[in-house]
Amino acid sequence: MKLKTLLASTAAATSLAGGAFAEAHMADSMTIVSWGGAYQESQRKAYAEPYMEANPGVEVIWDESSAEAVAKLRAMNESGSISWDVVDVVASDAIRLCDEGLAMEIDADEQLAKGDDGSDASDDFGDLLVSDCFIPQIVYSTTIGYRTDMLDKKPESICAIFDTETYPGKRSLEKRPIGNLEWALLCDGVAKEDIYDVLETEEGQDRAFEKLATIKDDVIWWSAGADTPQLLADGEVVMGSAYNGRLFSLIEEQDQPVAMMWDAQVFDLDGWIIPEGLSDERKARALDFIKESTNTQKLADQAKYISYGPARQSSAPLVGKHAELGIDMAPHMPTDPANATNTFLYNYEWWADYRDDLDSKFQTWLAQ
Amino acid sequence: MSNTGPDAITGPTPDNAIRQADIAEKEAAGGDAAHAGPVLAADGTPLKQSLNRALRRQKLRALALIAPLLVFILVTFIAPIADMLFRSVENEIVEETLPRTIKVLEDWDGQGVPGEPAFEALAYDLMIAAELKNHTRLGSRLNYETTGVSSLFRKSGRRVDDIGEVYADQFIALDPAWEEPATWIALMAAPGWSAGEGEIPAAFEMRDGVAEVLPRTADMYGAFADVIRTEDEESVADEEPWNIVYEALYRDLSENPEAAIAFDGENAARLAAAAEAVPGFETTTMSEIFIDIDKDWGSNNTWGTIEAFSSRYTSGYFLASADYQLTPDGIERQPEDQQIYGLLFQRTLFMSMTIMISCVLLGYPVAFLLSNLPMRTSNLLMILVLLPFWTSLLVRTSAWKVLLQQQGVINDILVWIGLVADDNRLELINNQTGTIIAMTHILLPFMILPLYSVMKTIPPSYVRAAKSLGATDWTAFWRVYFPQSVPGIGAGCILVFILSIGYYITPELVGGTTGTFISNRIAYHISSSLNWGLAAALGTILLAVVLVLYWIYDRIVGIDNVSLG
Repeated sequence: MKLKTLLASTAAATSLAGGAFAEAHMADSMTIVSWGGAYQESQRKAYAEPYMEANPGVEVIWDESSAEAVAKLRAMNESGSISWDVVDVVASDAIRLCDEGLAMEIDADEQLAKGDDGSDASDDFGDLLVSDCFIPQIVYSTTIGYRTDMLDKKPESICAIFDTETYPGKRSLEKRPIGNLEWALLCDGVAKEDIYDVLETEEGQDRAFEKLATIKDDVIWWSAGADTPQLLADGEVVMGSAYNGRLFSLIEEQDQPVAMMWDAQVFDLDGWIIPEGLSDERKARALDFIKESTNTQKLADQAKYISYGPARQSSAPLVGKHAELGIDMAPHMPTDPANATNTFLYNYEWWADYRDDLDSKFQTWLAQ
Repeated sequence: MSNTGPDAITGPTPDNAIRQADIAEKEAAGGDAAHAGPVLAADGTPLKQSLNRALRRQKLRALALIAPLLVFILVTFIAPIADMLFRSVENEIVEETLPRTIKVLEDWDGQGVPGEPAFEALAYDLMIAAELKNHTRLGSRLNYETTGVSSLFRKSGRRVDDIGEVYADQFIALDPAWEEPATWIALMAAPGWSAGEGEIPAAFEMRDGVAEVLPRTADMYGAFADVIRTEDEESVADEEPWNIVYEALYRDLSENPEAAIAFDGENAARLAAAAEAVPGFETTTMSEIFIDIDKDWGSNNTWGTIEAFSSRYTSGYFLASADYQLTPDGIERQPEDQQIYGLLFQRTLFMSMTIMISCVLLGYPVAFLLSNLPMRTSNLLMILVLLPFWTSLLVRTSAWKVLLQQQGVINDILVWIGLVADDNRLELINNQTGTIIAMTHILLPFMILPLYSVMKTIPPSYVRAAKSLGATDWTAFWRVYFPQSVPGIGAGCILVFILSIGYYITPELVGGTTGTFISNRIAYHISSSLNWGLAAALGTILLAVVLVLYWIYDRIVGIDNVSLG
């Protein structure tokens, strides 16, 4: 009896002290999964290094598997051993992972830091919180890069892609329906706000494919992010869609005769998720890292290393100069007001529904 | 092929000895019955038995020797493949997530929209699924079949906890005690049950007889207690039930106003009072609620899909990989603009065939040269064959990109020579040509090496003999040399064909849109769309096609005629 009381009081004491000694209950190593390359490097410098400085003894292991994150997380979940703690994924993957129950739900207001301006996290991120499991980190965009020396006229609108008379030559587009179908409809005269309503109908889809068909012979379809920059550098294409950060490094770092056209750039989001099923210690560590590294200042810091816009509104004014080139980063952000006059945000929910169908249509159309 | 059957071994083996013992025994039995009896071994046991033992020991020893490899292959190769193949028919998720709905739908005629009981069952299933966060998983599963189901389930899951709120409010207005978890425990729990003091509360025990008088309430309260305990690790004794439990109680009481008689004391009184008030409650139907959440619940298509995929095993994935689909009205062809797999299978086979043939055409002369040149030269040439073999696949593929693209090396040279006009450069990459060129190069060593090792064993004296007997160079090659090299061609062809049929990274990089294989689609379904069932079905078909081709090959060429050296 005495022993039982003793145990109970010890348990009570521990749970009381739990808040104060939270540090002791966090795992001291964590695996962060990202995309590799310059992007992962920017995360290492902006997030992980400061975090490790502030928390000596914490070991960070990097993995570069984000491209296969969804499939691998599913496999890990089935085998019951999850070896990742924090995973960087694009928003559509986050939605999928959340739907599959593979990512943990996170309450932005409770578990993330407030904005520097005192706003709640949910307000600070705003519309970008597209899934309950997703903490957005950057806004990137798929936009058009073109060769300045191979075109007689400077393209001003997205419809230049479909105008092979004024802008002769090959163009490169991503080998998936997302983005391309929206652009096709936009240039076929559909108003921006009606696009998904039109695309929902059979006729609307046919209409988009017909528009794409007008340039089918002039398109090289890319599937890796590095393709378009390479094709542009080689002069294989005169214009093509690519992630804005890749075009930035092609233009500013490699000094190629390429310029960017921001019209109808398609915004996309990239951010963190925490896998479902972690032990309490690891979960605590992952949450702590995410809370730390998605605060206003840290998000702004990342923009020093790569030209992707911070996902928090409060971070925008803090964006500074490039760490090595010393140029102002703000004008290279997809979110910069001058660039963002005409933008497009995916309708993630819509694509989650229609992706499978439209993808087989798209692939069949390509194969014909 | 040398004959290595058991009878060809000249020394005594237990196998042969048993046969001989058998024969000896039969002879003895056929002869003098008085002297019939088993032939005995030296130690007095029957010869047959002792030989059997020896044979068994030998077999066990052999098995023990290969056991590590066998287990290794079983665990790391056969089992995962079998598991993956099994996914192509497995479809348990629907029944596991919506058990009540599936049960009700069994009696549905498939016309229009099912009746109220189906919606009610759906509400119960969905409530539990939403708490366990399974509903979105089911949504994405069914979305492979019918577009829009994914968001339908996501949306409904978000609003399902409001279902029944109207009843909860009325019960509580009637008697505030209905809000108290303790009231519910007193009513539903077995007498004496308590959640206990442990970190994880004790499993809930239902009072006897409740399930008979209040079936829905018992079902939902039981589910509620389970979820609270396993998911939230809270005690059900501290939690107000879900709104839907009140709805269940409302339905039970309107159906069975006499339910109170099964209880005693305070419970009976409270229940009787509720039963009396229930007919005056404001009420809604479940179908209204669901159609209000999303109009798709009022569509025959949604329900038809659930019903069509309600069984634990489905042919849906295989149908999809043959460009058919399972619809509520039976099996239908996919719309024409979505028929892709037939095309891809054909293309994969055709291109693998082309790659195999070009490998033979290019590899045969090289192997011939290698095996007939003096050692020093042939070794040097061999290094040239092996060098690309040792280079990374990605490097070689990227090198082809540099060579083949329109502003690439080959086109530049052709333009410089004047063979091709500058504005009309050849398209050698991002199409079938690109895939065939790059893959032929990559797979060439797999053709040359077996060819070389077979050609090495053909004695040059045969061709010399043929010539000395008056054959021309061609006849000597064609009638004497070539037939002896056929096993090498066979081995090379099988290797190249089977490797290329499953190739995926090279077609992805240089294939553009017309040069991709079925494996690219499989990869897409594994890593992007997460439709593993369809990927498994496609993989199974691919495996079957390869096995059939192998069988045909064995029929025509004969697998004995394949040799790696």
